[in-house]
Amino acid sequence: MSFTPQLPPVAKLEQKTVIDLVANGKRIDDRTADSYRPLQIQVGLIEKANGSAQVYLGKSKVLVGVKVETGTPFPDTPDEGVLTVNAELGPLASPLFETGPPSEQAIELARVIDRGIRESKAVDMKSLVLLKGKKVQVVFVDIYILDHDGNLIDAASIGALAALASAKLLKAELKGDEVVYKPGLHPLPLNNHPVAVTFAKVGKTIVVDPVLEEEQVMNARLTVTIEKNGNICAMQKGGLSGFTQDELKTIVHLAVQKAAENRAKILAAAKG
Amino acid sequence: MVIVAEPKQVVAPGELLAEGDHQLGDNSFKVGTRIFSACIGIFEVDGNRVTVVPLKGGYFPRVGDLVGGRIVDVGLSGWTVDIRAPYEAMLPASETPGPRGPRRRDLSESFDVGDMVLSQVLAFDRTRDPLLTVKGPGLGKISTGRVVEISAAKIPRLIGRKGSMISMLKRETGCQITVGQNGVVMLWGKSPENERVAVEAIYMVEREAHTRGLTDRIREMIAKSNVVGEVARTQAA
Amino acid sequence: MPEPKQPEKLIDDKGIRIDGRRLDQLRPIKLEVGILDKADGSAYIEQGKNKILVGVYGPREAHPKHIALPDRAVLRCRYRMAPFSVDERKNPAPSRREMELSKVIRESLESVVLTDLYPRTTIDVFIEVLQSDGGSRCAGITAASLALADAGIPMRELVAACAVGKIQGHMALDLSDAEDKYGEADLPVAWVPNANLVTLLQMDGILTTSEFEKGLTMALDACKTIHGMQQEALKKKYLVIKEVAEEREETEVVA
Repeated sequence: MSFTPQLPPVAKLEQKTVIDLVANGKRIDDRTADSYRPLQIQVGLIEKANGSAQVYLGKSKVLVGVKVETGTPFPDTPDEGVLTVNAELGPLASPLFETGPPSEQAIELARVIDRGIRESKAVDMKSLVLLKGKKVQVVFVDIYILDHDGNLIDAASIGALAALASAKLLKAELKGDEVVYKPGLHPLPLNNHPVAVTFAKVGKTIVVDPVLEEEQVMNARLTVTIEKNGNICAMQKGGLSGFTQDELKTIVHLAVQKAAENRAKILAAAKG
Repeated sequence: MVIVAEPKQVVAPGELLAEGDHQLGDNSFKVGTRIFSACIGIFEVDGNRVTVVPLKGGYFPRVGDLVGGRIVDVGLSGWTVDIRAPYEAMLPASETPGPRGPRRRDLSESFDVGDMVLSQVLAFDRTRDPLLTVKGPGLGKISTGRVVEISAAKIPRLIGRKGSMISMLKRETGCQITVGQNGVVMLWGKSPENERVAVEAIYMVEREAHTRGLTDRIREMIAKSNVVGEVARTQAA
Repeated sequence: MPEPKQPEKLIDDKGIRIDGRRLDQLRPIKLEVGILDKADGSAYIEQGKNKILVGVYGPREAHPKHIALPDRAVLRCRYRMAPFSVDERKNPAPSRREMELSKVIRESLESVVLTDLYPRTTIDVFIEVLQSDGGSRCAGITAASLALADAGIPMRELVAACAVGKIQGHMALDLSDAEDKYGEADLPVAWVPNANLVTLLQMDGILTTSEFEKGLTMALDACKTIHGMQQEALKKKYLVIKEVAEEREETEVVA
């Protein structure tokens, strides 16, 4: 059951400060409405994973690991591999997170990232098949939130793409019943580069990449995932209020621009 | 000052009632200069005041209200009472009549779980649950007669303008009827048949509260049932 | 039951969809209010083959106490699909999809309920999908608004919802399950007319920015139509009682 979350005890004065600043064209961390916080991406830190990426977006920190294993396909898609995205918003990252099964926030985050990858057909699912209907490769994307200072969705999206784009696998083949790996590392076949861009409505102003203080006072949030050709491949509105039609149009156009900027940074980091 | 919706008609939540400088009655709210309905109900205009009389809705406690409640828990210093409101009510032992003195060992001797109690709302605000009292004439445990629970929104109609509906019901059915503001109605009649007719009349008010000619239709229904009302009693007295 | 086969075409040469609709047509919608006895408010919707029942309880004391908010009611929402509601039986255990939908549906309703009036209580919305055929979260929201109103819970206005999608390259209104499955995009939308805000918006698939804008306009127009149906359904119940009762009075007076 989903229920209205407890609002963290943010002092009324702090709330007012954030809202007033934004209304006057400034933000609590001095950014403009359309800028991202400083972004650092490092790939390959986890050698045991096929791909990994650590993302620092402002003070938010996310670690994404990609592991490719073998498994069985879903009955209704015997000629496709499997993609599964999971997210952990654990107590390490924030006093607001508790131990236990994934919260609705964790599930939503994972499913939004999944949608972006799946709908943009970023991973070539057909190339993951070893034996149609029987054995395929399964791509696990596991998102680990380490530090929550706002906009975990974008940080996770950046990390997921960087991890996928820098992932290396051995070529797998089926010999009889056994899976055999040929020597030599190859990149994971990636056909698209989806990037999520998240906006928050603070008072009447739309800002991109909300920091935690902004998330705590925002009216609503919209994540728009853009694939490499500038088309939308996922959208998710969150928060207790809503957007006007005009606000939505503005947001979508800005998302295309911001996604392109971040995509360039992600792909550059993935090469290194 | 423009009235937009039709008075005495059913309005839905979010429906525009009026524009301009009106006083906000129950279940209406203002956005800028426009006044909207907050619920499904009958739109009433009384001079400068716009109100929506709800067709449905629970009971919201008010200090001074008479309420019928069921004991749901017996504690050390009082009882928890279900008064069909969003909040459970508390009836402290100190709010029962009788001599003060050593605290009674077992409060369930006075009121036990499941008992129906007629009480009055002593205190209530946004920060805590309603506080009840049974110190007062006629208040206390209800052990005889029948209890009918109807929507609290229909109680004003059951009482009627200046008590006209409830007086008529008491007279025609020969029953004593105590109306709780929370929709709990307690009644005692000369015979089970009298009580049955009174119960039917009360449900009829609940169902048809928003229609014209209700009082006459109910009087007809009672007359058809052949129960002896108050008239015979006064004559005997 | 076996899954239905993939249709050859979703739109024929005359622009007609597999269920006979045009691209901009809604499925037939039936709305009923106040059908459950124990729930404080209830509503039932049929939209195409969707059959969804919503029950509302509250405002009532918050249990467990720690979820209560000191200055407003907590809105709780559960979207659940019956195991027999879909082609392939759904495992009754709560799925991640149901959890996500419960969240976005709750968030679509939050801004209309006047929660400030009932601090420390919960208002519970239970959405039971008895049969699902595409667009169930939107139909659920449409019915949930009615159930809240039927419970007498004060609201700013009703929330209306409808999905659009892209099939065979064309934007189409109110996708059925087959169209969602084999189409190119699905865009559910919920909208409140007075505040003029979109309170639910999701998309999966691929859309250009101009397809999105076109689809959004189509969806909002449909929401306007659905909102009219909601108001009618709410009032109908009382108007029928009013007519029957007053008619009885007239015939008796005449007699």
